[in-house]
Amino acid sequence: MDNLVEVDNMTFSRGDRLIYENVSLKVPKGKITAVMGPSGIGKTTLLKLIGGQLTPQQGDIRFDGESLVNMSRRRLYAIRRRMSMLFQSGALFTDMTVFDNVAFPLREHTRLSEDIIATIVALKLQAVGLRGAAKMTPSELSGGMARRAALARSIALDPDLIMYDEPFAGQDPISMGVLVKLIRALNDALNLTSIVVTHDVSEVLTIADYIYILADKRVIGEGTSEQIRNSDSELVQQFLKGQADGPVPFHYTAPPLEESLFGGQS
Amino acid sequence: MNSIAAIGASTLSRLAAVGRAGLMLFGALLAVPRLKNVPLTVKQLYVVGVQSLLIIMVSGLFIGMVMALQGYTILIDYGAEASLGPMVALSLLRELGPVVTALLFAGRAGSALTAEIGLMKATEQLSSLEMMAVDPLRRIVAPRFWAGMIAMPMLALIFSAIGILGGHMVGVDWLGVDAGSYWSVMQSTVEWDKDVVNGIIKSLVFALVVTWIAIFKGYDSVPTSEGISKATTQTVVFSSLAVLGLDFVLTALMFGIE
Repeated sequence: MDNLVEVDNMTFSRGDRLIYENVSLKVPKGKITAVMGPSGIGKTTLLKLIGGQLTPQQGDIRFDGESLVNMSRRRLYAIRRRMSMLFQSGALFTDMTVFDNVAFPLREHTRLSEDIIATIVALKLQAVGLRGAAKMTPSELSGGMARRAALARSIALDPDLIMYDEPFAGQDPISMGVLVKLIRALNDALNLTSIVVTHDVSEVLTIADYIYILADKRVIGEGTSEQIRNSDSELVQQFLKGQADGPVPFHYTAPPLEESLFGGQS
Repeated sequence: MNSIAAIGASTLSRLAAVGRAGLMLFGALLAVPRLKNVPLTVKQLYVVGVQSLLIIMVSGLFIGMVMALQGYTILIDYGAEASLGPMVALSLLRELGPVVTALLFAGRAGSALTAEIGLMKATEQLSSLEMMAVDPLRRIVAPRFWAGMIAMPMLALIFSAIGILGGHMVGVDWLGVDAGSYWSVMQSTVEWDKDVVNGIIKSLVFALVVTWIAIFKGYDSVPTSEGISKATTQTVVFSSLAVLGLDFVLTALMFGIE
């Protein structure tokens, strides 16, 4: 089994709105797989589907060969201990210190003594460079630090899979560089598998082993950084180069301007 | 035709919300209780119970004082001011204690519960709990629910007790009703099972309704600032109306038919 996560012909809609149609993707073990796409196409939704928080209408999602669709709640919770997710906001518990946040999964899921927990937490915080911030509360952290603290929490139980939801959004260049380095370093040092969902093209092209580009409810391009850069799809090129107009139109669908301004008179 | 369809659609969505509320409550209550969650419940008990004490006690004092004042001016015309004690005690134990406590609780603690859980949802804390394989129903909802169920009857009893003291202050100390008759007629009139127990039962029912509405509104809120503000308002409005409506039903069942 080379793929940790496999999404197979998955269709998902929310209410009447179709979000994904027959999407298939594979996340190989030990690699960083990036999922890119314009805002608002449901990249976070994809992570929630892989995390089993949402269920697709059709198709299958497998984690380590086991289908998550129609899985019992108990089994799903057991599987979730092997995956973790870094939310865009960090989602730290605001009523706890950084230390307690990182210790939280350990206290919930293990019977380790407080001494050992303190050691593990210190090591995890050291890995993200925040050991000095253990006593601070989330409100005292900057955005970049909050995300790193959340990252320490998500590796607390040594998961097999980490899903990053827009890890670079709204970060200054330094925090961005730190996060890029951390994602790569953690992936290789802890033998993790990573899924990075983002629309920051240049960062992703430097760290991702394999890239999927989603748009218009489906996968419009996939490949290594090199293959994506040389893609001949107009849509992919528009996305990579950040062109204002192209297959994704600048104007949201509307009747012609003349008609709106002058009614039917012209 | 469209208006009929709209009525149908809104009815269906309301029924679906009731269903979700029921599932949430069952999910929270049927979860296997764990020793780890006891400290969480105690913490919530402090937040919803102890921190509501001040408003409950001050309100109870003033309501008792007002009742004694109003009651005295009416009873004195019939020379029945000796009945002031039972009048104050019965109104408080049967009605005002449970009802006003529930209304104040909805405003003081219920709205806070909704806003807190709504914000947890908006900041993805609930999702992240789920992703950490921790059931938010068990970790967040259940302790708050039990804290409300335990705190409200106790608050209602404290409210009634303080109210009776307030009535004593105005009726006996100020207006000169005989202290002995205030207490002794009260003792001989108030019945344990009919008045005190029925008041506690009312309070338990209100606790269930108010806490349930507050938690569900937060849990089911649209995770935006607008959605949370709407959910908080709805908590106070819905639970107040539910308390007043249920109070009538319960009163009719308990005291209406002899």
